Amino acid sequence: MNEAEIKERVAAFLAEQDPAGDRLEFLRARFDAGLAWVWFPEGYGGLGAPRELQQVVERELADTPRQLHAGMLAIGLGMAAPTILTFGTEEQKRRFLRPLWTGEEVWCQLFSEPGAGSDLATLATRAVRDGDEWVVDGQKVWTSGAHHSRWAILVARTDPDVPKHRGLTYFICDMQAPGVEVRPLRQITGEAEFNEVFLTGVRLPDDLRLGAVGDGWRVAQTTLMNERVAIGGGPARRGGGMVAPVVEAWREHPELRTHDLHQRLLELWVETEVTRLSGARLREQLSAGQPGPEGSGMKLSFARLNQAVTGFELEFRRDLGYDDWAFRRSESVDFYGRGPGYRYLRAKGNSIEGGTSEILRNIVAERVLGLPSEPRVDKDVPWKDLPR
Amino acid sequence: MTLLYSEIEEELRSSVRDLLADRCPPAAVLKRVESDPYRGELLNSVYDLDLWKTLAGEIGVAGLLVPEELGGAGATASEAAVVLEELGRAVAPVPFFTSSVLATRALLPTRDALLGELADGRRTAALVVSFTASPYAPSRGASVTVDGGRLSGTVTGVAGADVADVLLVPVDGDLYAVEGASVRVAPSLDLTRPIATVTFDRTQARRVGACDVAAVLRFGAGLLASEQLGVAEWCLDTTLAYVKERHQFARPIGSFQAIKHRLADLWLDVVRARAAARNAASDPSSISVAVAQSWNAGVALHAAEEALQLHGGIGMTWEHPVHLYLKRAKATEIALGTPGDHREALASLVDVPGPE
Repeated sequence: MNEAEIKERVAAFLAEQDPAGDRLEFLRARFDAGLAWVWFPEGYGGLGAPRELQQVVERELADTPRQLHAGMLAIGLGMAAPTILTFGTEEQKRRFLRPLWTGEEVWCQLFSEPGAGSDLATLATRAVRDGDEWVVDGQKVWTSGAHHSRWAILVARTDPDVPKHRGLTYFICDMQAPGVEVRPLRQITGEAEFNEVFLTGVRLPDDLRLGAVGDGWRVAQTTLMNERVAIGGGPARRGGGMVAPVVEAWREHPELRTHDLHQRLLELWVETEVTRLSGARLREQLSAGQPGPEGSGMKLSFARLNQAVTGFELEFRRDLGYDDWAFRRSESVDFYGRGPGYRYLRAKGNSIEGGTSEILRNIVAERVLGLPSEPRVDKDVPWKDLPR
Repeated sequence: MTLLYSEIEEELRSSVRDLLADRCPPAAVLKRVESDPYRGELLNSVYDLDLWKTLAGEIGVAGLLVPEELGGAGATASEAAVVLEELGRAVAPVPFFTSSVLATRALLPTRDALLGELADGRRTAALVVSFTASPYAPSRGASVTVDGGRLSGTVTGVAGADVADVLLVPVDGDLYAVEGASVRVAPSLDLTRPIATVTFDRTQARRVGACDVAAVLRFGAGLLASEQLGVAEWCLDTTLAYVKERHQFARPIGSFQAIKHRLADLWLDVVRARAAARNAASDPSSISVAVAQSWNAGVALHAAEEALQLHGGIGMTWEHPVHLYLKRAKATEIALGTPGDHREALASLVDVPGPE
């Protein structure tokens, strides 16, 4: 499928659907026409087309209704959807993908636990089989948007007697089920973007299981790789991204400039630009069907740069204030937020969320550069016997 | 515009790489920089002119930038950039950058017949500018005047002059061709691309045409980013191989996180250097060149410094080739504008002005 054919599809779709009509009806029809995510297969909101053609669709449909609260949909769109597409049954794909894409159902992620962060595979939330159901008990943490969510992707331990990576199973968790309790977790920004989620005797039917029993680690890898690509996407335009508001302020406030700041800003500008170029090169590689290892590094660059740029911005502005410390619920994950103080504090999370920079360096070193792993003491030990 | 390598570029790369692997391994380059232990002077010229003959004549790299009607291959800067990556990887002592890039680019607007001779490698030329000159200070290190078709004065720090048959001298917006000036090689930090002082004393010169030196240096600076990428890649690859094999504490040292994380960060810098080099090769605008130089110069140097440190004591020895790369990296950090010069240029190019 090429650009011209995609444009024909869009034109045919617009001939039948009135963008001025009901928003949800329009979005559902767009999904059914395969114009939601064109690289998905036909029947699941796509056309089996090359991924870069999505830009064509977005351009052609730029003035038509979008999903409400798009910022809340990131986990569903970027992580749950590719995982459901890869591992879901026919029924699961039919049930979940459309309302996920239209925004009718918001998703969150129940992975990390108080005792399982970087070492996710050691997680302790238990799922015990009871006939056609699973009974889930445990505690999850850093769950962005749980307070808005209808569904969650969940990894739980189904077999404590085998080594940790082998005893996990992946589920879709009904966030409205009895026994699911969501408590806000306040962040250093003052806001509560994420939550603790307590799961107490939560009963999930077996048809909410994604992938085979015991195969949860492999399923979770699909989710996590997609998360890092999504977080590390990077700006497409020269001078865009986190450096843009800083450069704008720099131009507006000549009285705040110093020679030292000037040198440092130029260094940050250059690093932003080469990072952008390397993202552009990565996208070119992907669309030419040469998936390169560069993707694993994008999130690392992004975290470092965001932290450096936002720290610079505060210093440049000589701003000792902060707009508002009120404890409130965030509507969505937002790196730009309300002002420079918020941006600075929020960016601290960039090197932690979605895989810490230290873990990502291990991944680059081992999977891309082929360096040997650290000696492991936990590999062949049943999970229940691990020290904790 | 693409940031990827074309099939033609990959073919060109592999013929250059195969030839260099065969004829110019690090041990051979080390041998060429052996000096007389008592006098400290190089025993021979560092240049490998047999290798250059094969590269220029058989693979045809010397004529890449010359249009077909003038006897060249009519290729683009992107292809020359790939050759430079490979020559950087090998710190190959051949005059490609000085003759086939800088001197050739200076001659191109004049369409002088000399281009055909440079293109097939029969002769080599050098642009007589200091290697420390930049697009922003093109006459740094040069004090040459012209009087009645004769040149007088001195240019210091000229790369490739000692191996050139013809010297091309820019003076006041014109380009002059000279044969037989005084070329004195001084000991150079970069052993594999020595610099010389060129002196003219009422030397007979032929005016070839007009020359915008700043534009030539900008073009060269953009392509130098690809050579720097090649230097960085060799350092990263060689260090990776070493830390996988070197054992201490009964483990390969590459299994320690302190080392893995440094190499992961270095890899990330090299990935971005590749994107910057490709961008400057396909879009040689002032911004792309300044970005590529201010990033890649630092990455090549950092890669060489990391390579030295992670090799431990052996990295500090003359017999290990890493010092050739360190010296090349440090010299090219200074050449054609330092990273700071290029960042300063960006201030006005991208409207990030300094304090008033």
